[in-house]
Amino acid sequence: MNSIYFTEEHNLFRKSLQHFLKKEVVPHIDTWEKTGEIDRFIWKEFGEMGFFGMNYPEAYGGMDLDLFYTIILLEELQKINSGGFAAAIWAHVYLAMTHLNAEGNDDIKERYLAPSISGEKVGCLCVTEPFGGSDVAGMRTTAAKDGENYIINGSKTFITNGVNSDYLVVAAKTSPELGNKGLSMFVIDRGTKGVSATKLDKLGWKASDTGEIAFDNVKVPATNLLGEEDKGFSYIVQHFSLERLIMGVNAHARAEFALEYALQYMSDREAFGKRINQFQALRHTISDLYADVEICKNYNYAVTARLDKGEYVVKEATISKLKSTKVADEVIYQCLQFLGGYGYMEDYPMARLFRDSRLGPIGGGTSEILREIIAKMVIDKKEYKPAT
Amino acid sequence: MKILVCISHVPDTTSKINFTEENTKFDSNGVQFVINPNDEFGLTRAMWFKEKQGAEVTVVNVGTSETEPTLRKALAIGADGAIRINTPATNSFSVAKQLANVAKDGAYDLIIAGRESIDYNGGMVPGMLAALIDANFVNNCINLDVEGSDAKATREIDGGKETVSTTLPLVIGGQKGLVEESDLRIPNMRGIMMARKKPLTVVEANETSKETTSISFEKPTPKGAVKLVASDNIDELVNLLHNEAKVI
Ligand SMILES: Cc1cc2nc3c(=O)[nH]c(=O)nc-3n(C[C@H](O)[C@H](O)[C@H](O)COP(=O)(O)OP(=O)(O)OC[C@H]3O[C@@H](n4cnc5c(N)ncnc54)[C@H](O)[C@@H]3O)c2cc1C
Repeated sequence: MNSIYFTEEHNLFRKSLQHFLKKEVVPHIDTWEKTGEIDRFIWKEFGEMGFFGMNYPEAYGGMDLDLFYTIILLEELQKINSGGFAAAIWAHVYLAMTHLNAEGNDDIKERYLAPSISGEKVGCLCVTEPFGGSDVAGMRTTAAKDGENYIINGSKTFITNGVNSDYLVVAAKTSPELGNKGLSMFVIDRGTKGVSATKLDKLGWKASDTGEIAFDNVKVPATNLLGEEDKGFSYIVQHFSLERLIMGVNAHARAEFALEYALQYMSDREAFGKRINQFQALRHTISDLYADVEICKNYNYAVTARLDKGEYVVKEATISKLKSTKVADEVIYQCLQFLGGYGYMEDYPMARLFRDSRLGPIGGGTSEILREIIAKMVIDKKEYKPAT
Repeated sequence: MKILVCISHVPDTTSKINFTEENTKFDSNGVQFVINPNDEFGLTRAMWFKEKQGAEVTVVNVGTSETEPTLRKALAIGADGAIRINTPATNSFSVAKQLANVAKDGAYDLIIAGRESIDYNGGMVPGMLAALIDANFVNNCINLDVEGSDAKATREIDGGKETVSTTLPLVIGGQKGLVEESDLRIPNMRGIMMARKKPLTVVEANETSKETTSISFEKPTPKGAVKLVASDNIDELVNLLHNEAKVI
C-alpha cells in the first residue's frame, strides 16, 4: 500500500476492516440489495468496532484520527460491491454527523453525535428538495420561529437513509426573503409529529432507503437549531470539500474494484484458443483504464492530505469528484464489456456496479455544477473562502 | 498468571505457494502473512484468561522485522506486550531454543503455542520448548482451564478426547477447540490505536545450533484433468482404474 500516506496502523486497520466486512457484512449484502433496507444490527456492530468515530472527538466516543482512516473505510466499502450499503454508512458518518460535529453545541453532541458514533442512532442529511436540487438556495422548506420552537413545513427528496434513520439534519429557510443567506440547519427526531417518509424506487444503490420526506407543521425545539440562525448555507458549502472528496474516493475505489475483478476474469476466460487478456485490443484498453484510475487515486490522496492539514480545498475536491466519477463510469462500462454476456448478468458483480456507479456524476453536486464552480474559480478568478 | 503466547507469522491460507532458488526457499513475493491459525486460537483463549482471571499476556515471535505487523495485530487483539526475537525462524530446534530463553527470563506460568504452524507444519516447537524449560506439556490441546497452579486440559486423540490434569508451569500445543472460529476477534479501532502504545521489545537471538537444514521443497503434482465415464460403462471404468491409474 502507498506508504507516503499509509502507516502500519492504517494497514492493520485496512486488514481488520476487510476481515470484518467479509465476515459481518458480505453475507447479508444480497438480501439487503433485495429488500432495499439494511438490518439494524450492523449499525451497532460498526459502532462497536469504532468505525463511526474515527474522525470525531474523543469526548463523544470518537478517536480523532487522520483522514486516511476515512479513506480506507470508503475504499473498502466500495470493494464489497454494494453502492447502496456504502452510501448508507458514509451518509450517516460524513453527511449527517459532519454537521452535528461542526455546528452542534455540547448538548446536541451529547444527544446526537455520541449515539451516532456508538451506532445507536442513525442520521441523514436533508438538503435536496423537489424544487431545489442543484439550486440549493431555491429550496422552499421553511422554519418559522414560534416562541421556544420552530415550525417546519416543506418537503425533501432523494434523501439517503431518508426512511429508516433516527434523526434528520434538515436545511430550512428561517428568513426566506434573504435567499441563500436565510437558511438554517436543524436536527429533528424521526418520531416528531408531522414527519413522514416514503421510500423511492431507483436504478441502483438498491440497499439504500432513499426517501422523500414531508414536514407538516413539525414543531422543533429551538435547542435543536445547529449553530446560528441564517448561517445554514455557509455550513453546507463549508462541508462540500469533504463530501466531494468522499465521492471522488468512492469513485476511484469502485473503478479499482472493477479493474481487479476484470483482470482476474480475463486471466481465466478463453476465446480463440487464448486467454482473453492476451488480445492486444483489450490489453491496451486495460492499460488506459489502469492509468486513469491511478491518476485519480493519487490525486485524491494528495487532496486528502491537504484537507487533513486544514487547507480549504474547494477546487481540488471539486476536480476530484468531477474526474473520478467520470473515470469510474468509463472503467466500469468497459470492464462490463470485458466480461461479455456475463457482465450483463446479475450473478456477476459488474451489473450492479454499473448501476451504482451512475449516481456518481449526479449526487452531491452534478458534474455540470462542478464545472460551473471550477470555471468560476479558473476563469473568473472567484475565490471561495472558509466561513468564519 | 503470566501467559506467553508463541505467535508464528505464516502465509495466509489462500496464498499461492511457490519456491525459489531451485526449490530451496519459499517465495514470499506477493504473499499476505497472518497469525498462524493454531496460535490465534491460543491467543483468543489467552484473552479469555486475561478478561476472566486477570492474566497478563505477552506474545512472542522468532523472526525478522517483517513479522512485526503480525505482532501488532496480536497487540491490537488485546495482548499486553510483545517480544520479537530478532532472527529468521528457519528450524524448529533453534526456534524452540530462542523461545526457551525468553520463557525462562519471563518466568511464565503458561505458554501457549500452536500445535503446528501451517507453513512448514513441523509440529515440534511446543514439545521441544517444554523439554528445554522443564515444564509440563499437553499437545493437541482443545480445552484448557486453570485454577491456581492446577490445570485441566483436554487433548484430541485419534477418534476421541482425553482429559488430563497437570500443574503449571505448562506448555500447550493448542488448536481449534481452545476457542471456536466464531470466537476469534477482529481488532477494533481502539485496539489498533492502543497497539501502537504497547511495548514491542526486540531481543537479540542467542547463538543456537541448527540441527536440521532444509535441502529442497516440492509441491504436490497438479491434479490432472477429470475423465468422465458413463455410468453404464463399467468395463471402461475398470480398464482405466487398472491400466491407467493402476490402483486396481
Ligand atoms: C440516490 C440519491 C441519493 C441522494 N442522497 C441525497 C442526500 O442524502 N441528501 C440530499 O440532500 N440530497 C441527496 N441527493 C440529491 C442530489 O444531491 C441531487 O439529485 C443533485 O444535487 C441534483 O439535483 P436535482 O436532482 O434536483 O437535479 P437538477 O438540479 O434539477 O438538475 C437537472 C439537470 O440540470 C443540470 N443543471 C442544473 N443547474 C445547472 C446549471 N446552473 N448549469 C448547467 N446545468 C445545470 C444538472 O446538472 C442536471 O443535469 C441524492 C440523489 C440521489 C439520486
